[in-house]
Amino acid sequence: GWRRAMGRPALLLLALCAAGARGLYFHIGETEKRCFIEEIPDETMVIGNYRTQMWDKQKEVFLPSTPGLGMHVEVKDPEGKVVLSRQYGSEGRFTFTSHTPGDHQICLHSNSTRMALFAGGRLRVHLDIQVGEHANNYPEIAARDKLTELQLRARQLLDQVEQIQKEQDYQRYREERFRLTSESTNQRVLWWSIAQTVILILTGIWQMRHLKSFFEAKKLV
Amino acid sequence: MGRAGARSASALLLLLLVLLRAERPRGAELTFELPDSARQCFHEDVEQGARFSLDYQVITGGHYDVDCYVEDPLGNTIYRETKKQYDSFTHRAEVKGVYQFCFSNEFSTFSHKTIYFDFQVGDEPPILPDMGNRVTALTQMESACVTIHEALKTVIDSQTHYRLREAQDRARAEDLNSRVSYWSVGETVALFVVSFSQVLLLKSFFTEKRAGPRAPHS
Repeated sequence: GWRRAMGRPALLLLALCAAGARGLYFHIGETEKRCFIEEIPDETMVIGNYRTQMWDKQKEVFLPSTPGLGMHVEVKDPEGKVVLSRQYGSEGRFTFTSHTPGDHQICLHSNSTRMALFAGGRLRVHLDIQVGEHANNYPEIAARDKLTELQLRARQLLDQVEQIQKEQDYQRYREERFRLTSESTNQRVLWWSIAQTVILILTGIWQMRHLKSFFEAKKLV
Repeated sequence: MGRAGARSASALLLLLLVLLRAERPRGAELTFELPDSARQCFHEDVEQGARFSLDYQVITGGHYDVDCYVEDPLGNTIYRETKKQYDSFTHRAEVKGVYQFCFSNEFSTFSHKTIYFDFQVGDEPPILPDMGNRVTALTQMESACVTIHEALKTVIDSQTHYRLREAQDRARAEDLNSRVSYWSVGETVALFVVSFSQVLLLKSFFTEKRAGPRAPHS
């Protein structure tokens, strides 16, 4: 009786699972690597969901799901250090939190040997990347913390404001970097101009002296 | 048995809600690098009558321009622009199906571009999935919350646009910084090369005609 009560809803859930992420999708080749850049402030959570489908050459259609397909996900922080480098199945979910503000690079590529059997293999990748406040799952938070609708809305507003604050801090950091770059350019232009003028004068003097001694040696002067 | 049944049912309902929320992503905001002479396409399934919008901007690369076109499921081009730096396009879907939008850098031979796009479909889903079926009007508190939420979304949007502009300017400034170094070093080297070769060339003129000036003397 208990098993039967669990059975039907579980099947429904499985059916929903199979439908999967129905968002944006794109096509990549067999060994092609596709990278996305996320410019984010620090302590920001990023959640990525993907689902892959393989092209079936005989049926000329994308198979709904292909077990055995693997996708390698690699995430690099702004300094180039690898934050996440993992192999997932044909359907996966990856999460990371940034510890330094800046450009994070999320790269996906498939390294499945099964695709070698299909000439000109193509993969359809459904991808969804949620950053910061968008990564929060509000129904889950409402159920976990037992919040009323109004409290949940207030929580959403608080999360949004927190994200705005983080972005503003990041903005300040970026402006400082921009200012340092501009001042460095200013310094470089100044010093190189002076150096080049000095070198020009010195070279001129050397030329005159050298030629003068040359012509005196040749008894032309 | 009843209580356990009710608990498992509510747990399943919660799972269902979670899955429903996870199953309907309503927008995609991505930044990717488009190599030279390349074209990248993205596809999204849109319901009939739904309104979608596409914002895109070129952040770095070349002359900061890209070609973009949007096609409906029947293959008609509903939007096409060439060499645009940024643009915004909204459209109401008349046909249900997969809409395709592509960015092309085929006109460029050696500059790869970083492109940001934001593709939003339909309206934002309610914060709890069952809110769509409410029969009563919103209370004052709730409508105040909704107003604040919309206003904050505008703030976040403008922050994003500001960040993209700043990224563009910063990329140019860093490019200028490194270019100043290279050109300065290059010019110094050229200066040395030119002055030495001038002297050598001049010396070579007089070394060849050594026999010449002697003739009038004798």
